[in-house]
Amino acid sequence: MAVDMKMNVLIVDDYKTMLRIVGNLLKQLGFTNIDEATDGATALEKMRQKNYGLVISDWNMEPMTGLQLLKEVRSDIKLKAVPFIMVTAESKTENVVAAKQAGVNNYIVKPFNAATLKGKIAAVIGDF
Amino acid sequence: MPSGAGHRPATATRRTAKGATQERRLFNELTRLARFIETAKRDIAAMHPDEIRQKHLPTATDELDAIVAATAEATGAILDSAEKLTAIVGNADPALRDQITEQATRIFEACSFQDITGQRITKVIKTLKQIEAKVGDLVQAFGDAPAAPRGSKSAGDDESSLLNGPQLPHNAVSQSDIDALFEKE
Repeated sequence: MAVDMKMNVLIVDDYKTMLRIVGNLLKQLGFTNIDEATDGATALEKMRQKNYGLVISDWNMEPMTGLQLLKEVRSDIKLKAVPFIMVTAESKTENVVAAKQAGVNNYIVKPFNAATLKGKIAAVIGDF
Repeated sequence: MPSGAGHRPATATRRTAKGATQERRLFNELTRLARFIETAKRDIAAMHPDEIRQKHLPTATDELDAIVAATAEATGAILDSAEKLTAIVGNADPALRDQITEQATRIFEACSFQDITGQRITKVIKTLKQIEAKVGDLVQAFGDAPAAPRGSKSAGDDESSLLNGPQLPHNAVSQSDIDALFEKE
């Protein structure tokens, strides 16, 4: 099934620079409806108001980390199936294991390039 | 043998002698401890802990915060230009558009350095704050350290007091302020 490039995509990062970078890369990949959140609570609020086809989140945020956000999403009956990709500088084995156990769909380590972003997204939602 | 006023039993004499020895040992240990504390206080004073806490560490964290802010601003400006370029070539010849879009992509990717450096610097700031707290605990544990002697290295000679590096944004002097001062002198 073809990927709907008009799907709503939510990017979550407390660094506005990263929101711009990921947003621009997603636009170049062809996504047109991109929303942003600078913290986990705002992200959850947005997810409860709108259907997102993909969430791309940083890990290192306060007060709610990306991992805590992921757990909240996976424990919410309406949100649990939303594809969730972690994009983070955290690169230790235990981080990846923890994210996997929490139900992350894919894991991208910063810094990353456009090709990696595309590949990891395609692995989750299908080729585009 | 009759017991007299000046006669002590042998066990009492031994206990008294043992007690005196223990007392002497305790006194010597306490004296050593007092000397150690005095030496530690002098050593701490020589480190100028108040300067460390009130000047050097806050200066260091202010400078690091300024680095994060400056790199964020510069990165924002670079992203602005890359985004504008992408918009400008939107309707251009497809081959040219693809080339420029490709280069804009490289710019976006490279700009993520600011996120990584920001995170590293935040870690350094946290470490400095922990050091600041530890120095504070040390000063508290050893009480008020004697003041550092006058003419110590921290006072700085004339030349070094002129070497301050880039100014921090919140109390920066503008070029026009400098020009005005220059004209006045």
